[in-house]
Amino acid sequence: MADYLPHTEDEVRTMLGFLGLESAEELFAAVPVALRLAGGLAMATGEPEPDVLAHLGELADANRAHQLVCFAGAGAYDHEVPPVVRALASRSEFVTAYTPYQPEVAQGVLQAVFEFQTMTARLAGLPVANASLYDGASALVEAVNLGTAAAGRQTVWVSSGIHPHWRQCLATFARGSGHRVVEVPLDNGTTRWPKDTAPGDVAASPGAIVVGYPNYLGCLEDLDAVRRLADAHGAVMVVAADPVAAGILRSPGGAGADVVVGEGQPFGTALGFGGPYLGLFCCTMAQLRRLPGRLVGETVDVEGRRAYVTTLRAREQDIRRERATSNVCTNQTLMAVTAAVQLGWLGTSGLAEVALRCARGTRYLREAVLAIDGVEPLTGDTPVVRELALRTPLPAATVIDRMAAEGYLAGVALDALTGPAGDGSVSAEDAVHGLLVAVTERRTRAELDGYAAALDKAVRS
Amino acid sequence: MSGASPDSAAGGRARSAPLMGRDTEPTLFELSAPGRTSWQLRTTGVPEWAADELVPAGHRRQEPVALAEVSERDLVGHFTRLSHRQFSVDLGAYPLGSCTMKYNPKVCDTVAGLPGLAGVHPAAPVSTIQGWLALVVELEEVLCAVTGMAAATFQPAAGAAGELTGLLLMRAYHDSRGESRRRVLIPDSAHGTNPASVTLGGYEVTTIPSDERGCVDMEALRGALDTDVAGIMLTNPNTLGLFEEDIEAIADAVHQVGGLLYYDGANLNAILGVVRPGDMGFDVVHLNLHKTFATPHGGGGPGAGPVAVSERLVEFLPGPRPARLASRHEPEGPAAAEGAASEAAAPVDRYGWVVPARSIGRVHSWHGNALVLARALAYIRVHGGDGLRRVAERAVLNANWLRVRLSGTYDVPFDRPCMHEVVLAASSLKRQTGLRALDVAKRLLEEGFHAPTVYFPLVVDEALMVEPTETESPQTLLALAEALERIAAEAAEEDGLAVAHAAPRTTPVGRVDEARAARTLVPTFDSRK
Repeated sequence: MADYLPHTEDEVRTMLGFLGLESAEELFAAVPVALRLAGGLAMATGEPEPDVLAHLGELADANRAHQLVCFAGAGAYDHEVPPVVRALASRSEFVTAYTPYQPEVAQGVLQAVFEFQTMTARLAGLPVANASLYDGASALVEAVNLGTAAAGRQTVWVSSGIHPHWRQCLATFARGSGHRVVEVPLDNGTTRWPKDTAPGDVAASPGAIVVGYPNYLGCLEDLDAVRRLADAHGAVMVVAADPVAAGILRSPGGAGADVVVGEGQPFGTALGFGGPYLGLFCCTMAQLRRLPGRLVGETVDVEGRRAYVTTLRAREQDIRRERATSNVCTNQTLMAVTAAVQLGWLGTSGLAEVALRCARGTRYLREAVLAIDGVEPLTGDTPVVRELALRTPLPAATVIDRMAAEGYLAGVALDALTGPAGDGSVSAEDAVHGLLVAVTERRTRAELDGYAAALDKAVRS
Repeated sequence: MSGASPDSAAGGRARSAPLMGRDTEPTLFELSAPGRTSWQLRTTGVPEWAADELVPAGHRRQEPVALAEVSERDLVGHFTRLSHRQFSVDLGAYPLGSCTMKYNPKVCDTVAGLPGLAGVHPAAPVSTIQGWLALVVELEEVLCAVTGMAAATFQPAAGAAGELTGLLLMRAYHDSRGESRRRVLIPDSAHGTNPASVTLGGYEVTTIPSDERGCVDMEALRGALDTDVAGIMLTNPNTLGLFEEDIEAIADAVHQVGGLLYYDGANLNAILGVVRPGDMGFDVVHLNLHKTFATPHGGGGPGAGPVAVSERLVEFLPGPRPARLASRHEPEGPAAAEGAASEAAAPVDRYGWVVPARSIGRVHSWHGNALVLARALAYIRVHGGDGLRRVAERAVLNANWLRVRLSGTYDVPFDRPCMHEVVLAASSLKRQTGLRALDVAKRLLEEGFHAPTVYFPLVVDEALMVEPTETESPQTLLALAEALERIAAEAAEEDGLAVAHAAPRTTPVGRVDEARAARTLVPTFDSRK
């Protein structure tokens, strides 16, 4: 009998006796007998930890993806996570705490989140950041909820350069919110916004306009044009920014974004088969009262000492209930704390250096693979910094399978994101032949050369 | 010790209060010195082009993002000191009602750190992620066994995300039948996420009052039911810690008008292996793996909020879903041996992705909080079906022991056997001594315990919602009860109230000025004046 229950049999008997009961079954007297599970749960009996570890170890060993040199990205990146970040982020005081409902005994998490909010806000070039959302997609959904509420209009213009999965989430949740999501197509990797910037039909006019920077194909969009468009329509400008590329690119807040969202996984969080990740959310002071999720603020205690507490609580679901604009409660605090540690480790020069090294690796690989017969850039000459989309002569899924045999995770097939029919970002043909390749600071020149050689072989045979 | 617990010497008396630091810790930005670094990156040999050769001028950042500049040693000191200013389950008992703050087994940390799980990219091809797909399918099977449902999605990242997913599933179901329903019923004792999720799901909330026994008022329920009702959201046991004894009648009544029953799994810990939501008549169930299945809550998250459904809702689940593929590669009969031999030469994928026929679509960037799922599976396998049942028994035993022990000291608004948590109230104490639930909570922090949930559920005045969980020993329960009794007794003494109002004095900071935080609003270091 292996478990974590401290009670001895004697103690159980004594406690039952104190309650005037003879057996544990009597504890459930309120449950109608007809409903009770006869014969117990239809599953195996418990097994000791070493056996469980062996089983989970076998499952882990049945995966191969982690043994491949990673060139896959699409929002989930293989960045350096040093031992010091792993050690601090796995401290059990952070790991095994609940939401900081009692600030007097939660200053550790609260201050770490306050520091996270500060660093994220600086990264975005905006004054406020929340304490995290589930992932990039949920941050975008919340941004659209904020934008439509602020503008009082249900229509949203979303660049097709936004990650296809994020757009798919927007479509799912729009069925409940009633938002009208208009996906604006790309041309050679950047958004082809409607030429007419006049407000026109107010009902069809967007309450929010969403653009990626860089977008999911790695391309740099014209943020000034989006700001002008948002001004023309009185819309909220939402930028989905790559937080690592932000280390080398102009700040979205500086370019006029009202809301900046992003996927924070690159800051110290494991690839982990897609989660838990970290939704980043920043906004202007003007939008503060509509900020979704938790916000930590600085204050003082009764003795005047500096202290931190979750604030503007009246926005949240447990107080506002059906009038709340967001239902988020549990978020991704541990990933936010992890990001604070990782950004503390990187510091001013480290973040810039990581971004620069990603751009260098991307440039190097781009030149190497474009020398291969039949491999072309999918987005023409549009500048890219940390990720690039290629058109391969064979279906990208075939290329990926072949390169896996050579030890490389070659990238992400675009049709795995968009579906075989493509979408506003790529045609069906390009979806099937499109390969999205990410280069992080961890890739060496030898790995880049090896990748190019393997790709050459994969597309020739 | 009043026959309450066995040998009072056994088990010892640990105290967590003195372990937490009292000195203010500067922010990382105040520890920063220009030019100090701790980062070290791989030697790559990639040509060192300058930024202006790589990024067009109009897109290039002119100044680096200003972050803190600290040494690795200072980084470690800072976050270690912060960790000493944080209460946690590992430090002491955490009887926070509705949150199921049980011990988080360390073996699950080891599992989540396995490179074969933690190092897997979510978009890797199917042939390279067979272990992950098998893991999720196995977890789906055991959770369906626990809940009595047909299938589950693991995309929702937390309970609230699961709620909204469940409501969208209900909407898709009604839509498929050409029915447009506008209302969802919620008891007045429900968690705040329920009504908020209903609104985001495009429905209107109809609140159902509780009766004098703390359960759904059946008359009010029947009065609210018509064909405009899409469904009802319930947690059972409810937030008062009471089992809804009329659940069969509730299910019948809701189903009769064509509505669906949604089970909020926040309180599932009480009924593991005893009764299943599916058998009670529920159609949609979300589970909080970070409560019931012991995955650590990380100071506010991550959680995981998988949603399990009955057969008629399976085709609407979010996709893609991990699935065991049809056994087309496993021939039967005399040819099997030969087939097996050729399979060994070219391994086939036994697991893959499927998209349900009428899927509501994606609700997560990828596949949900996968590493949390791995932890939950490890926890479940250690316990097995028999162990999960014991979990429920001990959780309910502990809560009832506290209920009986404290019933002379605090009000017990619904004084009958509870399930995994007991809702006490300080209303009499407040009337007699001025001591409020908030004061009790703050005094308890001084005693080395985390506070219960206070002022919830909203239907109880001065509520103290206590959920000890099954992993606290009888000795710890006794210490908790004695602390609560001491706090109540002190309040009646001269100066007692002043002492309570000054609490907590042994914690890293004293009572925090929340009004000032909202009024002056300092959300970042840069907005300090």
